[in-house]
Amino acid sequence: MQQSKPMKFAIQINTSPYGANAGHTAYQFITAALRQGHEIFRVFFYHEGIYHAFKHATPPDDELQFTAQWSELARGHGIDLVVCISAAQRRGLLCSDEAQRQGKKDQDLAEGFRISGLGQLVEATLEADRFIVFG
Amino acid sequence: MKTYLFVVHKPPYSGARVQEMLDIILTTAAFDQPVSLLLLDDAVFQLKKGQQPTSSGMKDTAAIFKTLEIVEVNDIYIETESLQERGLSPGNLCLPVHELSRKEVARLMKQYDIVFSA
Repeated sequence: MQQSKPMKFAIQINTSPYGANAGHTAYQFITAALRQGHEIFRVFFYHEGIYHAFKHATPPDDELQFTAQWSELARGHGIDLVVCISAAQRRGLLCSDEAQRQGKKDQDLAEGFRISGLGQLVEATLEADRFIVFG
Repeated sequence: MKTYLFVVHKPPYSGARVQEMLDIILTTAAFDQPVSLLLLDDAVFQLKKGQQPTSSGMKDTAAIFKTLEIVEVNDIYIETESLQERGLSPGNLCLPVHELSRKEVARLMKQYDIVFSA
């Protein structure tokens, strides 16, 4: 495959796995970019995009395993998957630290994701050569 | 430093999307980056004067737009055709805006490093 000049990408995903195809398109874009030697600085999950990070999503075996795919991508390539804290809390996705602060017992965050603030999104747009929004 | 344009299409009270985008705007401004806003289509209703959302138990998002001035988001652009098609004029809005025509929108977008849309 022809190699283009390596670039640093920041990605934002705004749609849920089953509400739209944009998250999967983003995944395909990222794997293609990595194959061509580009860097993915960060993937930021916002709006309904946070639903990609739910640990207990259990789709049938013959369907795409969205959340597991992201976890594997983080594991295999060390990609920084960040879920917006305010968007996540609104929709009931809590990591154990946050749940404890709220007096709850959840641990909903899948492996490879971390929860942080919108500053991480703005920082990613500043650091990357290209910023692409899916959904 | 990069320049940011936030393009809004959606009307108020149509879900949390615009409210959550306002949070990105406030965060970007807190990073001292220059931020502009462009309202297209039904988003022109975002700034309509006389909204009373709290009477239906909803959050007053126009009030959040009004706080943008405080964080130095001064350039709010609005498309003239979108206003006219909905029987509105700048006099019906709760904030001062820069009007621009539909054919100028692409040129405006080109001036920015980063474009967000909601």
